Formats: sequence, C-alpha cells, structure tokens
Amino acid sequence: MKRDTKKQAGFTKRALLIGTAQAAIFGAIGTRLYKLQVDEHSKYQLLAEHNSISERLTAPERGLITDRFGVVLAGNQQHWRALFMAAQAPDPASVLDNFAKLVPLDADERARIAADIGGRPGYIPVLLKDYLEWPEMAALEVNTPNLPGVIVEVGTSRVYPFGAGFAHPVGYVARPDQAEAKANNVLALPGMRVGRSGAEAANDDVLRGSPGYVQTETNVHGEVVRQVAHDNGIPGQTVALSLDSGMQTLAVQALGTQAGAAVVLDALTGEILAMASNPGFDPGLFDKGIPTDVWKGWMADPMHPLQNKAIAGLFAPGSTFKPTVALAALKYGSLTPDKILTCNGSFQLGDHVFWCDNHTAHGSITMTTALQVSCDVFFYQVALGVGVDRIAEMAHTLGIGVDLQLDIPHASPGLVPTIEWAAARGVHWAPGNTVVQGIGQGYTQVTPMALATMMARVATGVEVGPHMARRIDGNLQDGSDIGDWPALDVDDRHLAVVRQALFEVVNTPSGTAYGSRLDLPNMQMAGKTGTAQVHDNTAAEKQKNFNDATMAWADRPNGLFVGFAPYNAPRYAVAVIVEHGLFGAQVAAPIAKQLMTYALTNDPAGRDIPLTTKVSDAGTPS
Amino acid sequence: MNGSTLSLHRPFKDRSFGLVRKFMRINWLFVICVCALAGIGYVALYSAAGGSTTPYANSQLIRFCTALIMMFAIAMVDIRLIAKAAWPSYVLGILLLVVVMKFGHTGLGAKRWMSVGGVEIQPSELMKLFLVLALAAYFHRASHERIGNVFFLLPAVVVILIPVGLILKEPNLGTAVITAAIGATVMLGAGVRWWKFAIVIAVIAIAAPVLYHHLHDYQKARIITFLNPGSDPLGAGYNIIQSKIALGSGGFSGQGFLQGTQNQLNFLPEKQTDFVFTIIAEEFGFIGSIATLALLFLIVAIALYTAMRSENQFGRLLALGIATNFFLYCFVNLSMVMGLIPVGGVPLPLISYGGSALTAVMLGFGVLMSVHVHRDAEFAVDEF
Repeated sequence: MKRDTKKQAGFTKRALLIGTAQAAIFGAIGTRLYKLQVDEHSKYQLLAEHNSISERLTAPERGLITDRFGVVLAGNQQHWRALFMAAQAPDPASVLDNFAKLVPLDADERARIAADIGGRPGYIPVLLKDYLEWPEMAALEVNTPNLPGVIVEVGTSRVYPFGAGFAHPVGYVARPDQAEAKANNVLALPGMRVGRSGAEAANDDVLRGSPGYVQTETNVHGEVVRQVAHDNGIPGQTVALSLDSGMQTLAVQALGTQAGAAVVLDALTGEILAMASNPGFDPGLFDKGIPTDVWKGWMADPMHPLQNKAIAGLFAPGSTFKPTVALAALKYGSLTPDKILTCNGSFQLGDHVFWCDNHTAHGSITMTTALQVSCDVFFYQVALGVGVDRIAEMAHTLGIGVDLQLDIPHASPGLVPTIEWAAARGVHWAPGNTVVQGIGQGYTQVTPMALATMMARVATGVEVGPHMARRIDGNLQDGSDIGDWPALDVDDRHLAVVRQALFEVVNTPSGTAYGSRLDLPNMQMAGKTGTAQVHDNTAAEKQKNFNDATMAWADRPNGLFVGFAPYNAPRYAVAVIVEHGLFGAQVAAPIAKQLMTYALTNDPAGRDIPLTTKVSDAGTPS
Repeated sequence: MNGSTLSLHRPFKDRSFGLVRKFMRINWLFVICVCALAGIGYVALYSAAGGSTTPYANSQLIRFCTALIMMFAIAMVDIRLIAKAAWPSYVLGILLLVVVMKFGHTGLGAKRWMSVGGVEIQPSELMKLFLVLALAAYFHRASHERIGNVFFLLPAVVVILIPVGLILKEPNLGTAVITAAIGATVMLGAGVRWWKFAIVIAVIAIAAPVLYHHLHDYQKARIITFLNPGSDPLGAGYNIIQSKIALGSGGFSGQGFLQGTQNQLNFLPEKQTDFVFTIIAEEFGFIGSIATLALLFLIVAIALYTAMRSENQFGRLLALGIATNFFLYCFVNLSMVMGLIPVGGVPLPLISYGGSALTAVMLGFGVLMSVHVHRDAEFAVDEF
C-alpha cells in the first residue's frame, strides 16, 4: 500500500507533466489555427476563389449591317458549337480523344486545336467544332462526365440574306488568322470574325463589339457546377449602309449574267445607293470554309467574281470621258459653247489617221452636238487644243484618277495620264496620245465609281465624295447630309452647257441614248454613252469598225453609260459598265434607265424610311 | 494469495459493484464529450456528401451507436478481468498483424486491412490498445527499484518494438511512430528515468538518416513534400495546399454550412476521412474548429484525470496510454491537416468516416471507463 501510494504520487507528477505538454501542444495547434483562419484568412479566401471560379471570355455578337431602311444585309445566325477550356481538364489529350469518338475530328482540325491550346491564355476557350449537328450535341451532353472542360454553347455565325449580289458592297468575314489572334487575344475567342472586304472590313472596329465573360464555379474535375456571373459584353454596333437594297437588287438583276458593274449615287451627298459588281460570290463561304472546287472555279473564272469592279475594276472610259474633256477645254478657253469644229469622218495627225465612230462625217458642229452624237473627231481636236495635263486636271477635279477616300477597302484610284506621269514611266508622249485622250482611250483607266462621282459632280456642282456608311449605331455619319460637301471648282455656266448636251444625248432622237430615255412624266435623265475598246485593234480591224461577230468575248469593247436624273433638279447619278457588251447605248444605257426609273419612283435619297411605306401609311389611317 | 489480497478485495465488496451501480459510476461528462464529437462528425459527413445523409453520415452514425454500446459494455467489465486479458490480447494483436501482412488486402499501397465477419478492421489500430494493456500489466507489478534496473526495462522495449516493427513492414510509418510514442509514454508514466529517454531520442536522431534510406519511396515523398509543399502542387503536396486553403478560407466564422467551396467542389480528395477537419474549419470557421479542438482536449484531460484518480497502477498506466493514444491521433491528424507534419493515414477520431479507427478508439474508451468505474480497486503487485 505504502509503495503504491508513493508510486501514485510519482505517477501523478508525471501524468500532470505529460498532460501539461499535451495541453501546450493543443494550445499551439489552436494558435496555429487562429493564424491560418483569422490572420491569413484573406490570402486563403483569395486562393479558394481562384481554385473554384473560372472565368472565360465570350465573343460579342457582331453588329448588323443593314441598308438605309434597316433591311438586314449581314446578320447573325445561331448554331451549336463545342468549346474547350483545356486548363479545366486534368488530361486534355484524353478529353480530346473522348470528344473525337463522339464528334469526328480530322487531322487538320486536331492540329489546329493543338496549336490553339498551346498558344492561348487559360481564359480563352478553344473552338473544337463549329456547326454541331443535333445528334452530336446530344451525344456530347450525355457524355459530359468524360469531357471535363468541354463546353457546348450557342454561337453565332454570319449570314448574308441577299447572297452573291450584295457580296461586294457588304463584304464578308473570316476567322482571324493565327497572327491576328496572337496580336489580339479577343480575336482568339471562338466566334470572333474579322471583316475582310466591303462594309464588313471598313467598319470592322465598330461591328466587333467588346467581349463578355462567364464566371463559372468548377469542381476539381473541371465540371461546371454553376454559373456565378456573366456579362454579355457589348454587341457590335449596327451599321446602316446608304444602299437601297431594292435598287441594289435591281442593279444585280439588270446586269444579269453579264460581267460588269453599276453604281448609283445620291448626287448631292455622294451616298452610294447601289453598287453592283457582277458576277458575285457567296460571302458566307468565307466563314464556313470554301470548298476547293469553288475556290478554283473563282480563280479560273474570266469574269473575276471576287473583284469588286465598281471600285477596283479599271476600264477605259471611252466616250463617257468626253464631258470631262469638254469641261477642261471650256475652263481654259480653248473651247467655247458656240465654237464650231468640222468632222469629215476622220482626223489626220501627221501620217496617222484617227477615225470617227462608224466613219461618220458629222460635219460642222458645236460641242453640244458633238456630245449628243458622240463625235470623236470633234474631241480629237478639242483634246489637242487643251492638252493632256489640263484634261487630267479637270478629271481629278471631277473625281477621276484620284483617291476618292472611299469607306470601302481595296478601291483603286484609276489613272489619268499627265506629261509628268509619262516621263516618270519613260513613255514617249506623242500628240497622238493626247488625241485619243479626247475620247477616253489610251492610258486612261477609270473605275465605275469614279465615273459615277464625275457624273454626280457635273450634275450638281457639288464636290461630293462617294461613301457607303450612313448610320453607325443610329448616328448619321458626316457627309450624309446635303450641305456637307463643298461647291465644285468648276464654272457653273460650263457645267450647265455640258448638262444641256447630256440632256440631248438621252432626250433627242439623234442622241445616242435616245432609246433609253425615261418614261416618267416631267422627269428626264441626262447622260453619255461610251463604247470603249479593250484591245489595241489593228488598222484592219478598225476598217471593219467593231465587226463584233468575229471577235472573241474578251476582245469585244466595253459598253458604258453615265447619267444623272432628274435633269432639272439633279439628285441621282449613275454609272454602268457591261464588260465586252459592245455598244454602251445598247447594253449599259437600258440598265441606267431602269435604275434611274427606280430611283425617281422610290426616291430613297436622304431617307431612312422608304417612300412607299410613307405612302401606304398615309393611305391606311387608323 | 497472501494477506494483502484481503485488503485488496475489500473495497470491491464493500461498494457492492452491481451493474447498475457500476453504470452510475461512468463519467458522464466524458460520454457527453464523445457524443458531441460524434455529432460534429455527423454534421461534417453530411456536408461532405454535399448535404446528404448518405453515403457517409448515417452509416457512420450506426457504427458510432454500435461502438457506444460496446463502450458501455466494456466499462462494466471488471478491471482485473481486463488485466488478465492483457497479455493474451497482446499476443492476439501480434498474430493479427502477421495475418494482415500475409492475407490482408491492400489499400492505398499498404496492406493494413482485414475483414472479420464483414467488418473491416485495421489490426494496427487495435495493437496500440493491446500494447498499452501489456505494458500496463508489465509495469503494474514493478517496484520502484526494478524500474531503475535496465534489464527489467529491456523486455518492455522488446514488447514495444515487435508491433512497431510489424506495423512498419505493412508499411505504415505514421502508426508505427505513434505506437512507439504511446509505448514510451506509458514507460514514462511507470517511472522510467528521464535520462534514459534522452539517450533513446539521441540514438534515434543519429540513426534517422540511415533509416531514411530504408523508407519506401512514398514515405520519402511524403517527407520531401512536407518540407516543400509548393514543389509539386498537383502531386503529394496538393493535399496540403488544398487543406490549408480550406482552413484559411473558413475565416473566423466560416463560409457557412454546405457553403465551403473547397469541400463542396471536391478540391480535397478523401475529405470525409483524414481531412474531415477541413470541412468543419471551412464551413464553421475558427469558432467551429476551436470548439472541436476544445472538445478533443477535454477528452484527453478527462482521460488523464481518470489515470490520476485510479487507485491502481494498472489502471493509471492504462488510462495514460489510452489518453496518449487519443491525443496522438488528434495531434497527428490536425498537424497533418495544417501542414505541420507529413501526411499520414491518420484519421481524426470520432469525426472521420471509417469504422476501424472508431472501433479501436471506442474500445479504448470502454477500457478507460472501466478504469474509471473501478478506480477505487486496489490490487496487489503480484495479483496476476
């Protein structure tokens, strides 16, 4: 007993010591907990959020492109697509294998996906497959557990309701290339597109919008548990073009199967109401991928469907250049409205003979008659009298051979030669070169847009510049109002004389375009025909004078017409070219007639609401 | 039987230890603490399942209730009977360890488990209690002089080293170290001189680098990971990092019940077992974790009080060993969760999901309550 009591006392001492040590350790654990949970809470809170919240950017919806009345020319269509957040997958390679079992991926696609995964920050998902079929989508949804990081969502793709006929003015979009995606992370987002031509390219910055984001809570396997927050971003702005889709459709239909271009401008503002370039192409293919045979077909087509001929097609203006030559001569006094020159059917300079059209001898005529009947010999002499540099100067004033500052990419300024230009090019400029300048042949090359601009400036005496963006996000753009443009630096009296002559071209029986005069009451069109050689015809062929039946299509002359209407209060300017269509009066003027008739009937200029709607609204009071 | 035997038996008989009387002598504060911890465990396991009583919470509750009944039953067993069973149970424990090594099934790379009548048991868990029983029995009869004798101590060291060696072979480094520490603590309580422990600790410190060479790769990895958890964020160090994030993000008052993202989004693997404390800490914050800590310590304190209160050396050493076992469970688990010591498969007793540790701990508590119930029993040094 005694021993045990002693033992117990010793034990109690030791047990108390052990207990104290254990209490101290518990205290240390408690202290450590306090440090972790209270002192360092904010640090770990942040880590916990970072752990579970994943953020990814989402592509904004691209802005719409409409015509001036709000008719959608480029819109967005929803489709299903599969995206991949590789950072959320413990083993991305196996996820891709699982995905490929459900949705076939070819070698190219796999290579692209691998490249995309390698080169992107974690918050930017990688596109696995666009345009998922319903069964594919269902298969993916069912197999979600095997596909951590895979997201099936609604994406948008670009649609062009009017198709090929509007492809040139509206343009198209395509996926950004690797370099663009690298330079701008936003472009790396699946669904982001870059405008490559037309209005899509010109207004790309406002059409794009700003990306949104989705914050999701994901578990350790990368499976989305719930959506925490989202922001749709800012959709791209709507761009309303100055085009009148009805008029554009008419222009395309009028050109039909012929290669060519037709441009209608608001002559007081320079707004482009129609800009057709035939043939067109399916603009949607650039987004979805162009089949090889289609691409080869485009490349091999002698009609060059991908070229916007209205702004990039270069043509000899032919006789449509004569008003410019006349205005240059009038300006410098080498020609007066009453001056009479004689046409004997040909003009001899040195030992070279320049023929008049059809070898016709027009006799002694004034400038007005010369324009009316399109006498070449008259203008050979006028050109020689005024000189090539002054012709070029007037051409530039009228918008030919200069950069028109178009709000459409890939435009060409064309060319009107000068002595200086010839010297720089090592071209020996002979008087004969100046002679053919008088009838818009030789080195001169113009775009239909430049011809329409020339016509608008001559018609109104306003130095309008053509442009196509009318409203961006509802805001009227500069240059869309009458009065936004300065007066043209050309004598009004000279313009009036030329306009009078152009009136007679269309509205007198001896005028070359009399067949295309308007059938509207109190409104007339004025204009000028042109038939421009595309081939340096041999003397023998000149003798035969466009013996067209024997010529290959590509050698036939281009038919042109420029005009404006109404004559007494000009508002619309038009330029039409039918490539290798022979006579401008026969092929181009009738198209211009249709377009001007449409323009004068519907009067779209300066309006955002169609005239017809207004009429019908007025007719049905409620 | 000599004269002292009579004096030993008197108190037992005088206080007429009927079952009801015994039952009344159970330390009910202790029982309340145990049930409270089990309740915390139920809440944590409910949360671990994403707010569901299945698959963890309810099945653990059933296990606990069974174990509680077992605890009460053992508490009624005469302490002398337990003393008599000490050595046989030690031998049984050793046999089980050998059997599990030969026929047990592998879990997480180690042979630790065996199935007895459909119940999964881990013999190393039982072995810790059996070792305490054996050592308590061994030192119960030792006089002060004998404890000073090194040759008397050697068999005790062997008794400790046999199971420690077997557990190391499983391999289970954590439990082996804990087992050795329990044995050492019981020897300390028995009165072995401090300087002898100092020598042993010095020897281990010198031998440690050599032992390290013989560790399994995963054991080495654990130690390396512990020293630099950031080195392999998705490998072995991942658990420590995620565990600390869970604790730290809990803050003072917690993210709220079922609101812990670390828990609910499964950033912690097997969180219902070894990392169950992170659920409490994340969802109930510092308040929840410190309350749990306090309850755990209260249990250790009551066990130590029971040890000091016992009138016989066997009961004293037994209670000390059981208290130390429970303390080491808590210490290793909590330190592991907080990234203070290498990760080892040590659950948090009474709270973690799993039957083996719970059964072992409650078995120990049953014995502890028996010590408490029979605290006035005195039996002679050579009673058995």
